[in-house]
Formats: sequence, C-alpha cells, structure tokens
Amino acid sequence: MTTDINTKLFASVPDADGRFGVYGGKFVAETLMSALSELEILYRRLADDPEFQRELDEDLAHYVGRPSPLYEARRWSDRVGGARILLKREDLNHTGAHKVNNTVGQALLAKHMGKRRVIAETGAGQHGVATATIAARLGLECHVFMGEEDVRRQALNVYRMKLLGATVVPVTSGSRTLKDAMNEAMRDWVTNVDDTFYIIGTVAGPHPYPMLVRDFQCVIGREARAQSLAQTGRLPDALVACVGGGSNAIGLFHPFLEDESVAMYGVEAGGHGVATGEHAAPLTAGTPGVLHGNRTYLMQDEDGQIMHTHSVSAGLDYPGVGPEHSWLKDVGRVNYVTADDAEALAAFHDLTRTEGIMPALESAHALAYAGRLAATMTPEQTIIVNLSGRGDKDIHTVADIDGIDF
Amino acid sequence: MSKIAGRFQQLAAQGRKALVPYIVAGDPDLASTVPLMHALVAAGADIIELGVPFSDPMSEGPVIQKAHERALASGARLRDALAMVATFRERDPETPVLLMGYANPVEHMGYARFADEAAAVGLDGLLTVDIPPEEVAGVNAELHRVGLDNIFLVAPTTPRARIQSIVDQASGFIYYVALKGVTGAGHLDAEDVAQHLAHIREATTLPLAVGFGIKDADSARRVGAAADGVVVGSALVDTIARAAAQGASQEELLKAATELVASIRVGLDSIAS
Repeated sequence: MTTDINTKLFASVPDADGRFGVYGGKFVAETLMSALSELEILYRRLADDPEFQRELDEDLAHYVGRPSPLYEARRWSDRVGGARILLKREDLNHTGAHKVNNTVGQALLAKHMGKRRVIAETGAGQHGVATATIAARLGLECHVFMGEEDVRRQALNVYRMKLLGATVVPVTSGSRTLKDAMNEAMRDWVTNVDDTFYIIGTVAGPHPYPMLVRDFQCVIGREARAQSLAQTGRLPDALVACVGGGSNAIGLFHPFLEDESVAMYGVEAGGHGVATGEHAAPLTAGTPGVLHGNRTYLMQDEDGQIMHTHSVSAGLDYPGVGPEHSWLKDVGRVNYVTADDAEALAAFHDLTRTEGIMPALESAHALAYAGRLAATMTPEQTIIVNLSGRGDKDIHTVADIDGIDF
Repeated sequence: MSKIAGRFQQLAAQGRKALVPYIVAGDPDLASTVPLMHALVAAGADIIELGVPFSDPMSEGPVIQKAHERALASGARLRDALAMVATFRERDPETPVLLMGYANPVEHMGYARFADEAAAVGLDGLLTVDIPPEEVAGVNAELHRVGLDNIFLVAPTTPRARIQSIVDQASGFIYYVALKGVTGAGHLDAEDVAQHLAHIREATTLPLAVGFGIKDADSARRVGAAADGVVVGSALVDTIARAAAQGASQEELLKAATELVASIRVGLDSIAS
C-alpha cells in the first residue's frame, strides 16, 4: 500500500469528496453520513500507519497465503493460439477467490473501530464466505445478505457460511439477487450503525468504500507486475479481468495504470448477448445514474428504474459497477468489453480440460475474452488474466446446464 | 414565501401542528392516488408527501418497499407522480405537495427538466433520501430557480456540528428522522426526539417535522409536542395495503385511510399550545 507508481491523473482519484471525475460520491441517507466520515478518517489514518500495514501484510502472507502465483497456462495458450497467457492465481487464496484480500483488510478496520458485528452482501457467495471466514477468526457476529435466487443457485456457499457460524439472510425483495442483497445490507446498517461494520465486497457503494476496497485489492496488481518482470523479463502487453462490481479488475489494473504500453480489458457479463437486453453490462450498454451510494454507469430504463440483469454467474449479476471503472472508461484508459454466457461456459470447460484448473464462472468471462484477444496477438506478447476465483462453487450450475442430475 | 413555509406559519399562528401523510404514487393503483390525496386533506392533512416509486428503495422498511413494488407494477413512474400533482391541483390549489423519493429517477429525468415540470404542475418541494448536502449543489440550483423547497433529513446520528451544514441547504422545513433504521421500524423515544429537535432549533428557524415510527394518535401526540409537525408513512401505507388486499372498493379504501388520518389529527390537536 506504499507503492505509488501512478501519474498525477490516476493518483488524483478519488478527490476529497470521494469523486472519480463525475462518478462516485456519497449518495446515502443522512443516518449513515457520520458512519462514513468516521470510517474515512480512520482509514486515512491507518493507511499510513506502519503497524496497521504490518498486521495486514502478515494476514495476507500467513492467513490468505499470498503471494498468489503467476502461472503460465501453456497448454491453454497453445490451444487458443497467439499471445502467451499467464494466470494470476487468486483462486488459490484461502476461501478460493480474491474477495478475501478485502475482507481481511476491512475486518482489521472493524477491529480498530471496536465493532462486534459485521454484515455483508453477497452474490455468488464468495464475498459472503470470505466475510464469514474472517468473522470466525476474529470472533465477530456475522450476518450475510443474499438474494433468494442466489441462495438457490449457490447452495454450497450458503452451507459453507453457516458452517463458519454466519447467519445467512435470504432477501426476497426486488429481483432477489445481488443488488437487493446490497439494499438489505444498507437497511441493516442504518438500523444497527452503532455496533455494526458493513464489509462491502466490491469497489462500489458510497465513499470511502470504492477507494478502500481498491486499495486492499491492489495487492493483486502489485504482485503481478513484479512477477511479470521477474518471470518474463517485461511488463505484460495486456491485462484481462472480469467486471461485476469490479474489485478484482481494479486490483489488477490499478498498479499498471501508468504503464502506457499495457492495454487493459474489463470483461462484463454479456448474458444471453448484449443485443437481447438480457445481460449485466452497464459499461457497455448502460448510462450514468445513482445507485447504492454512488454515481456510476447503470442498467436502467427510460424512467431511471434499475433493470433486472442476467448472467450465468451470480457474481457478475449486478446492474451497476464501481465508479472508478466508469471514470476509467470515460478517460479511455481501460477498454470494457463483454463475453456472453456460452463463451464463458466454453472457457470454463477449456481451461479445466487443458490445465487442470477449474475457474469460477465469473473468471471464465475474462478467460473467454482473453482467448479471443490472444488469437489477434503474437507469441512474443503476453497477457495476464486475473483468475479471480475457483469454480467448485459453480459445479452445480454447470451440471444443471449440461443436464446432469446428482 | 413558499406554500410550505406559509402553511407552517399559518398553523403556528393557530397553535397547531402540521400533519403530513405519506402515500406512494400509484399504490395500490394509478386511479386511487389523487382521490386519496383529496380525502387526506379532507381528513385533516396539511401537507401531502407523495412517494415516487423506485426499484431500489434502500431506506424503506418492508411496508413501504411493498408499496413501491405495487406502484411500479401498476405502472407508476416519476412522470405519473408529476401528472397526479397536476390533477390534484385542478381541485386543490392550496395544499402544499412534496415528492419524496430517491435520486436516480430525478437525475435520469435531468434536474433542469424536473424543476421545470415540477413548477408547471404546481409541486412545492422535493425530498430525495439519498442526496445529502454534499451532493445537492446541482439539484438545489434548479429547484431554487423555480422556487421549489428542498427538504432535508436530519438523523439521530447527525453530529451537532453537521446540523448547520444541512439546514443551510434546506428550505420549507426540516425532516427529523426519529429513529436509527428504516421507515416503519422500532419504538419511539419522545424525550430523545425532543432533545434532538432542541439542538436543531439552535441552528435554524425552519419548522421541524418528525417522521419514522409515528403510527397513531398517541405516538403523534407524544412526538408532536416538541415538533412543528409529524409525518405518517408506514402506518397509512399499511392501512391502504390491507384494504386493497381485502378487495376494498375505492370508497372503502379512502374511508380506511381517512379514519386513520382523522384520528391522528385529533391526537395532534390535543397538544396544548
């Protein structure tokens, strides 16, 4: 968290009001404003505190298991052709995804604030599991809000959270997915703000969350940059990561923003295809608006109502996106593209069969696009794909699609 | 002076408290809302607060969440809420009306266009739950251009030092949120409310209305004593929902709503001035 390689432009966001250009900000009810200020003041103090950094680094090394490897997927690269593809193995972290980098950090903040209870929203369940895990370790009461639809399609992770001692609260309002889980978590927070810390799982929500979640996830990109230099002798030509809320993508991208030679691709969920309207690709097909505490690109209708989204992967099934991504799109630093359900499923099977690595369906979107991109590049060039999570949680979904009944 | 400010001044002169009922535009259907507004005024309402349906009403408890869902299912959107105000104004040019809702529908319409249309239909004020003073500059400039009030929330968690920055942006009245939580929740502590209201009065001469958790004549009377008015939301929305669920005719629906509001009026008027 001490490495600062950004130009003035990229280091200038968020500003003191939590804005990334016109995006971000603090669009919440008055009841939460003082809790957000308190969190921001504490975070700005601890971010520069060597003791806090040491505590965090120790947790990342000995509890999460960092650094995660940068692995060259030779057989899969040969199969798709073109550029060499390296995988940043966030799937090998404790709990099986990048989410834990952030929950470890926020849980330390909760501890410093003396909160005895943590809450979280979750889509695929990875952030819920990561929060329940750290809550178990620190002896904190934990409530995880999860859309009823996601509870059904991610039954394994629901049981994992219960084993860890968390209470999983199914959310039955609205579309019963991640956005509604976030609404319900906000409602809980506004009610229990005195003793509760809200561990937001992505780079969205009101300031300071997009900033602090980004900072906690930047360990991915810092490691990947050093590993690329050590293992290939050069920086990668391209970075590819999936974007739901966008935390794994910002974590990989951010430490490379100043490296002009490095192209970046954020892959949104194309669902049944962007043309069908059934997708979760606000940066590709949405417009700016205000949801969940920040201004950002949203999937919304002509009346400003938030639209239902579709993706085969629960973790990408979200109508908004972190405000920094909206800004990076507008300033043109990152390219935002899509991969649809079918492409992601094909990549899931391909990587599993050629490398013995089963990716999360979220990460499979990044793989699908990386495969397409690699084919247009040369064998001297390299791509780093963020393999943000492992696919065990998705086995039921994939089996259902393949018509297999256990 | 705005109609809202005028109404509070008039009530104060009479030693009375403002009764501000909240309903959601289009709940349970598009046709009921304007008749409900007139019925509420007849039952003793001083100001009407009309909820703008939104897909993600983050600050609402289950009762008002469901009202937003019913209203959206009946097809009600921001432009319908504005049209309802226009229709209401045909028969009632006097009673102040404000819209209460979330930022995105207003932002999507555009602040300037919203202000123009709001002024044209005879709206008096706007309360957006998720636009705090830090984010309000754009919308306030447009509201002030057309003479609309912007109503702000002050919460039990608002530090005393912050109250001034809120009231400086506000006009019409200040809406004090009586409890930590979502609409319709919890148990009211009248003494605690009175203490917070005293802090707010040190910062402003604007009238103070209290909402969240006022459900009947008794709670209105207890909380109203230290305030200039009370907002009744969930209890009224729940009454409407129950009547609608039982297949009530529009006449029966209006009767159920007016009975509740009239009883709260009696409670408020029993406060010795």
